Amino acid sequence: MDKSGNMGLARTKARSTARAAAVFLLPALALIAVFIVYPVIDTFVISGFKWNGISANRIFVGLDNWNTLIHDPMFWKSFQHNLIVMVLSILLQIPIGMLLATFLDAGGRKFNLFKTIWFLPYLMSSVAIAFLFVYALATNGGLVSSLATLIAGKRTTVDLLGTAPNALYTIIGVMAWQFTPFYMVYFIAGYGNIDTSVYEAAVIDGATRGQYIRHIAIPLLGPIFKTACTMSLIGSLKYFDMIWNMTQGGPAGTTELMATYMYKLSFQQFNMGYGSTVAAGMFILITFIALLFNKVFKVKEDY
Amino acid sequence: MTDKNQEKNPGRIPEGGMPQEKKDEYLASKIRSRIAWTFAFIFAILQLVLTLTPFFFMIMNSFRKQFDMLQQGVFHLPDPWYFQNYVEVITHDFFGYFFRSVIVVAVSLLLMLAISACAAYPLSRMKFKLNPFIYAAIVAMMSVPMHVTLIPIFKLTTDVGLYDSLWSLVGPYVAFALPMSVFILTAFMKTIPKEIEESAEIDGCNRYQNFFQIILPLSKPGLSTLAIYNGVSMWNEFAFANTLLISPQNKTLPLALGQFKGEHSLNIPINMSVLTLSVLPMIILFIFFQDKLVKGMMAGAVKG
Repeated sequence: MDKSGNMGLARTKARSTARAAAVFLLPALALIAVFIVYPVIDTFVISGFKWNGISANRIFVGLDNWNTLIHDPMFWKSFQHNLIVMVLSILLQIPIGMLLATFLDAGGRKFNLFKTIWFLPYLMSSVAIAFLFVYALATNGGLVSSLATLIAGKRTTVDLLGTAPNALYTIIGVMAWQFTPFYMVYFIAGYGNIDTSVYEAAVIDGATRGQYIRHIAIPLLGPIFKTACTMSLIGSLKYFDMIWNMTQGGPAGTTELMATYMYKLSFQQFNMGYGSTVAAGMFILITFIALLFNKVFKVKEDY
Repeated sequence: MTDKNQEKNPGRIPEGGMPQEKKDEYLASKIRSRIAWTFAFIFAILQLVLTLTPFFFMIMNSFRKQFDMLQQGVFHLPDPWYFQNYVEVITHDFFGYFFRSVIVVAVSLLLMLAISACAAYPLSRMKFKLNPFIYAAIVAMMSVPMHVTLIPIFKLTTDVGLYDSLWSLVGPYVAFALPMSVFILTAFMKTIPKEIEESAEIDGCNRYQNFFQIILPLSKPGLSTLAIYNGVSMWNEFAFANTLLISPQNKTLPLALGQFKGEHSLNIPINMSVLTLSVLPMIILFIFFQDKLVKGMMAGAVKG
């Protein structure tokens, strides 16, 4: 076979490979285009209109919605709540998850019952957890109020979800109840990945268990910490299900998050133009914070 | 893990012939370790109580009559045990919600697994110019929050006449599960040795036969992990379902809770029965497939 024939063959093969690849990739790319890419673009497009979501006539208002957004105290308050949720979630869920995992790693198989029970909350959906805690924290017949009544010896009510600063922190506590097991299992996996010989070497060198954890295991878990923080961070910024079913942003907007604010504007007040603007603003803020975090902490992308 | 732990407890007294100083130091470290363990156990039991109390509240109250709850207080066992709540919930179409959820999750999951396997195959095993670009574009989609797409997808669904239909959920469910699944499956398929395919090609298999007869069967472990992770998140999905479905006879299980609460807002025990019934499938799965389920639910950790 001469040289040109060879190249022709190679080109034919490349072309047939490209064709096969296109066939295999088409369904996935089409679905992603229709349900993710187009909607994101459309969100930005709709943000230029005044539109109630139903009627055919949309009024183009240019950047008016964006101007409103920048001066909307409710949006920035929601964003601030998201940030509080983000910081406290990272501070609660990750250290407690880490402690539980350390305990289980030190105890080994005989602590499996602890692990099984501690994991239970993560089996419930956010919606179910929201409903459960609405009742468990109710002033009438709720757990906390009943406990307070028991301790005080007379009828006492503790209103955790109905009063202003409490509600947000209570919800953060419930989120910790739900997600700590996730980080626990995540750190158990991290401990499992540390080679047994590392611990053996440390013991031979005379290290105690505490020293091993502090000076060897935790530094080795470093990358896992960063990934856990990134997950918690992004999760907290788009949180929706639980808050929506617990307080709908109340009382008086003190637990409003960006996602609940967007949902309320769009699907309760049917102000979809401005709702889209909030959604687009949320998209920009989340992307920006995630990129910033990756840059500052240099999260390795080699998972 | 087991071998490591047998070695770990610093309980053994080293053989004699130790100088006094060393013995003191050893005893001190032993006492310190005992104190540490005591604190650890207090913490562990506290966590146990915090975890279980809400479940206890949910299950006990689901067996009470409406007004017994306030009269008896929440720390007493139900007296008498009352099962009518469950009957009430089941006769009010609980299984309707349940089976609608089963159908949506099953259809979405099968489609999603098929489509993501198809996409991962060329990305992991074929050389073409756009490969790295397409791969990067799909992976980048993992970080798009679904809430940003709610309004356009609501609009799209009403435009094509699928609003308030169960099938409206399939598209968004499949699409939002795809990026992560393609990402994981591509990595998985890269570990399958090239030689297997090459020898099949010599035997006269073309690419399509290769995919269905060799790569797909070998990818089963990856596919099952993805099925668990995405199955659980679709089963619990709320925002799309709440936006796209409106009639009770079309709603899925996560919406059933709100539906019952709307109808019986003052009857706490009935709401607790709905909750218990909706959590039960997960708990049963967890009892039988604990390790697999936990591993599957952790698959999302790569999302980072």
